[in-house]
Amino acid sequence: MTEAKTHHPEPSYLVDTGKYKGLMAWLTSTDHKRIGLMYMYAMMIFFSVGGLLGILMRIELFYPGQQIYGPQVYNGLFTIHGIIMIFTVVIPGLAAVFGNFSMPIMIGAKDVAFPRLNLFSFYLYVLGAAIALSSQFMGNGPPDTGWTFYAPYSIQTHTNVVAAVFGAFVLGFSSILTGLNFIVTMHRMRAPGMTFFKMPLFPWSLYATAWIQVLATPIVGITLLMVIAERWLRIGFFDPSLGGDPVLYQHLFWIYSHPAVYIMILPAMGVITEIIPTFAQKRIFGYKAIAISSLAIALVGYFVWAHHMYTSGMSTTARWVFSLLTFLVAVPSAIKVFNWVATMYKGSISMRPPFLFALGFIFLFMIGGMTGLSLGALATNVHVHDTAYVVAHFHYIVFGGVGFAFFAAIYYWYPKMYGRMYNFKMANWSFVFLFTGFNLLYFPQFIIGIMGMPRRYFDYLPQFTLGQQLSFFGAILLAIGFIIMLITLFSKKGAKAPDNPWGGRTFEWRIPSPPPLENFEVMPEMGENEEPYDYK
Amino acid sequence: MEHRDDIGAKLGMWVFIFTEILLFGGLFLVYAIMRSAYSTEFHQAAHHLNAFIGSINTVVLLLSSATVAMSITAVQKGNNKLAVILLFITLLCAAVFMVNKYFEWGHKIHIGLYPGSDLMLTLSHGQVMFFSLYFFMTGLHMFHLVVGGIILTIVMLKVQRGTINAGHYVLLENGGLYWHLVDLIWIFLFPLLYLIT
Repeated sequence: MTEAKTHHPEPSYLVDTGKYKGLMAWLTSTDHKRIGLMYMYAMMIFFSVGGLLGILMRIELFYPGQQIYGPQVYNGLFTIHGIIMIFTVVIPGLAAVFGNFSMPIMIGAKDVAFPRLNLFSFYLYVLGAAIALSSQFMGNGPPDTGWTFYAPYSIQTHTNVVAAVFGAFVLGFSSILTGLNFIVTMHRMRAPGMTFFKMPLFPWSLYATAWIQVLATPIVGITLLMVIAERWLRIGFFDPSLGGDPVLYQHLFWIYSHPAVYIMILPAMGVITEIIPTFAQKRIFGYKAIAISSLAIALVGYFVWAHHMYTSGMSTTARWVFSLLTFLVAVPSAIKVFNWVATMYKGSISMRPPFLFALGFIFLFMIGGMTGLSLGALATNVHVHDTAYVVAHFHYIVFGGVGFAFFAAIYYWYPKMYGRMYNFKMANWSFVFLFTGFNLLYFPQFIIGIMGMPRRYFDYLPQFTLGQQLSFFGAILLAIGFIIMLITLFSKKGAKAPDNPWGGRTFEWRIPSPPPLENFEVMPEMGENEEPYDYK
Repeated sequence: MEHRDDIGAKLGMWVFIFTEILLFGGLFLVYAIMRSAYSTEFHQAAHHLNAFIGSINTVVLLLSSATVAMSITAVQKGNNKLAVILLFITLLCAAVFMVNKYFEWGHKIHIGLYPGSDLMLTLSHGQVMFFSLYFFMTGLHMFHLVVGGIILTIVMLKVQRGTINAGHYVLLENGGLYWHLVDLIWIFLFPLLYLIT
């Protein structure tokens, strides 16, 4: 293995060497690292917008009754909050940002298999997001269906559903092409000697994710096209007043949208799997079990979709079958959690910010996962279906899980991305605020959910007031934490980062920070007895 | 910088074809559900389709798939001229298919059998479903046929110019794969819509 040299003759990827300079050099770059960063900037903007919309909802819910705007505005707000957060932030999420930035380096490649297609995916992503957002400003007002576009309301409402739905379709196309690119990259471009079972585990999780992206997304694509056709031509696939079947819509929608949850969470688990051995300075416990559990989650996750529909009117048989499958998918997830904890056991742990966020991830993901079981069980589900309990559960998974893993990943790979360090103290403070704020925001929602607070309601009974107000203060703390994080990372240049600030063993830590354009001066190889996590 | 990996390129195309099959898969699923729910209405409605035109189109598409496959062999053997002719025949077949479809659709629209028409409002829901799926599925298929035609036109020009040659023909293979997909989907659409009555 070539050790990192002290002099770096190749210019870093951040230096414009092509025919364009500045912004154009970024927008026309097919370099996987630059595309990853562009995704990251775009996502941070969307995340901020989505978060702001969330705070607007929290303000309205501070007291029962109407405060600053009416119910129709509220319906529009939670719809666009969902569309932005789901389709433009967490679904492309870690795969688009860190999959692009780190994965090719981690497997010892110069770039992804199809660099131009990769840039095209990014533009499709921007286009899809723009179309989805245009729904707010054109036609008969912002869509008010919720991000799930459930029929028959999505067929009947006069608001601008078509733009939002078509935006989601284009974003899906972008996601498919990224997945396709990653599959081929990992099949064809691994370093010599790196067999599949010597590949680091973040690429492994991306591999499983990519297959879900490729195999599940087309179904929602065609479903969304059917919704558009039905709105224009009054066909009657889904709308019962036209003779259609709304439960059919729900099936087709969740056949994609449940696996989509695993598109979000699998790369997050992958990042955590990288961070824990690095900061415990210990070889990952149960490498193969973690690798295979990613595939198992992808596979089983494909067959659990109807657990979103226990109260929609399915047969009892269908309900218990889907309930059973839902419990099965908890097994590979738990395998990962146990392996992470086992990796830390007797490790030489250094409490750096990425590790702190990884711990936060495990804690929040466990709460999200456990409450997922009570939602997957038929008897309890019927009581908490469509309540704030569900809202709390999926935010614990999607924000507490994916979001915190995203933050962990930024803190982890930031020195590699920019060649700079950041202030650890500030980063730790951002964790304190984010973690406290998060729990204060979402935990009360579990309680008022069990008490009977429905989700997506503009108004509520007085007994839920305390819970809603706690959530408001949590949201403020969370926003402060996010701002601290942005300041920590982007306000001023930190000290120059060494090539390997954390003592990691995967390929990206063996090249300069920031990496040169083609990543490696000497293409890496893996020897017969080498393994990805060869800590002492 | 230019790095070439023909196997990778083909792998990518195959994965893309999976996604296309699943895209249509959603429609096939809806077709299956609706067919089992409204089997008599589907039976009655299917009589309105012209199995003769459908058969001609099937033969035309099968022929076009054969010529694409032959053009790959021709390029492999270094006979670019023949490959161009074969690809041209393929495109001609695509055009014949489109013309047939134009008359078929035109006739349906003329007598008012299309989604959203006044006549549709008087039909039973099963029949409406049949015609809606007919237009949706054949429409989406036609869109793919047009895209495939554009791809093969580009490929044909490249074969003519010699940028696709016996040493480097993965683009032709991928274009061919896509064309076979278009053909394959039709092979399923044809019996489901025209033949099972």
